[in-house]
Amino acid sequence: MKWDWGAVADFMPHFWDGLLVTLQALALGSLISFALGLVWALLMRTPTRWVRWPVGVVTEFIRNTPLLVQLFFLFYVLPEWNITFSALTTGVFAIGLHYSTYTMQVYRAGIEAVPVGQWEAATALNLPLRRTWTAVILPQAIRRVVPALGNYVISMLKDTPLLMAITVLEMLGQARLFSQEHFQFTEPLTVIGVAFILISYPASLLLRALERRLVR
Amino acid sequence: MKDPDAHANPPVDGGELIRFDKVTKRFGDNTVLDRLDFSVESGRHVTLIGPSGSGKTTILRLLMTLTRPDEGTIKVNGDYLTHEERGGKLVPAREKHVREVRKNIGMVFQHFNLFPNMSVLRNITEAPVTVLGMSKDEAEARARELLELVGLSDKADAYPTRLSGGQQQRVAIARALAMRPQVLLLDEVTSALDPELVAGVLDVLRDIARSTDITMLCVTHEMGFARDISDQVLMFDSGRVIESGSPDKMFGEPEHARTREFLSAVL
Repeated sequence: MKWDWGAVADFMPHFWDGLLVTLQALALGSLISFALGLVWALLMRTPTRWVRWPVGVVTEFIRNTPLLVQLFFLFYVLPEWNITFSALTTGVFAIGLHYSTYTMQVYRAGIEAVPVGQWEAATALNLPLRRTWTAVILPQAIRRVVPALGNYVISMLKDTPLLMAITVLEMLGQARLFSQEHFQFTEPLTVIGVAFILISYPASLLLRALERRLVR
Repeated sequence: MKDPDAHANPPVDGGELIRFDKVTKRFGDNTVLDRLDFSVESGRHVTLIGPSGSGKTTILRLLMTLTRPDEGTIKVNGDYLTHEERGGKLVPAREKHVREVRKNIGMVFQHFNLFPNMSVLRNITEAPVTVLGMSKDEAEARARELLELVGLSDKADAYPTRLSGGQQQRVAIARALAMRPQVLLLDEVTSALDPELVAGVLDVLRDIARSTDITMLCVTHEMGFARDISDQVLMFDSGRVIESGSPDKMFGEPEHARTREFLSAVL
């Protein structure tokens, strides 16, 4: 086996395309998982079990089935019901939905960690429930859970290659395509491997710094 | 000093402001309050004393609607607090009604419970702006007056975690007063403080007691403070008032053996 810098140079334009798709999927998937996870967490706190029960069942189901199966389902089964989206849109939604069932638990822990005295003070000041959530509880809860959410973003980054299975040309998809066309596997796979670590390791350092700042 | 207690509807002075009618509160098998009757007149400074577990704090928490009575009713200013009359019957009140009656009541907690995500100034202005609909400028001007009253004018922009316990508690007092309540509930407000910080908080409360017509209901283990600011002391034991009277009488010549026993243990 020998290393061919020429192959690296040939792969780079494809690599940049793939990186862009990976980062798009990661950014949008994160946003969906942050927003949807918060919605789940709040719905799980409603007093009626007719809301809590279905939300609990659905999220438990999503959390306990593989993301790859969900990707295939959304990509191949939904079109049979005439619901079609682009591969990337489907992938972003699936990743966001899947991870929202993890972030909901993070939010739940963050909300429960806000001392009961904060709720009591809000009641004593006669703050409406909505205002208590938006001005008192959530700002404190979210501050606590930023590091945990960040860890899921890093996990999500490492799950983005699954999108290749539904034809999305993210980094791994580009590497595979290039390999099949040029019969050179080492260089493209090494490049994307290095790219993953160049993104995720500094990101985890950043998170640790953030954790020191936020969680005191 | 400016009057921090100018509320919109001052009650008839000396009129009955709070009435507990056969209030029972249980926690599991433990009956904390047992068909309690008691009332507080407007403008009074009442201190509740008694051994821990005697139900004093529960009274404050019931008034603040942090917990609901199992039986009996509470009236504030003549309105039922957690009940309302509908179709001639007394039913549990809707949130809207509770909020309306609760407007008259403010509370200061043992552990301050300031909002750590807000500056001192916003801790004080948050509720006046969002609940009373006060303009931001007006609320801030008033918050600064209250901070002056509690001796913390220079801390408006600080965050609560940067303050000492005593300073936090003084901010909490200002925050409660900003809502112009008729009744201020003080729940062991000095017991979480280091001894050297207690005096500052007590000075502020003494000041407020003297310079305003706000009704105060305190639970405290500071007998000196109880004696100093209150005009009525209620001795609680096992969920009932066993003796009440002026501080001079209660601390000087208590009638009830249980009161004497309690006072000799704490004084």
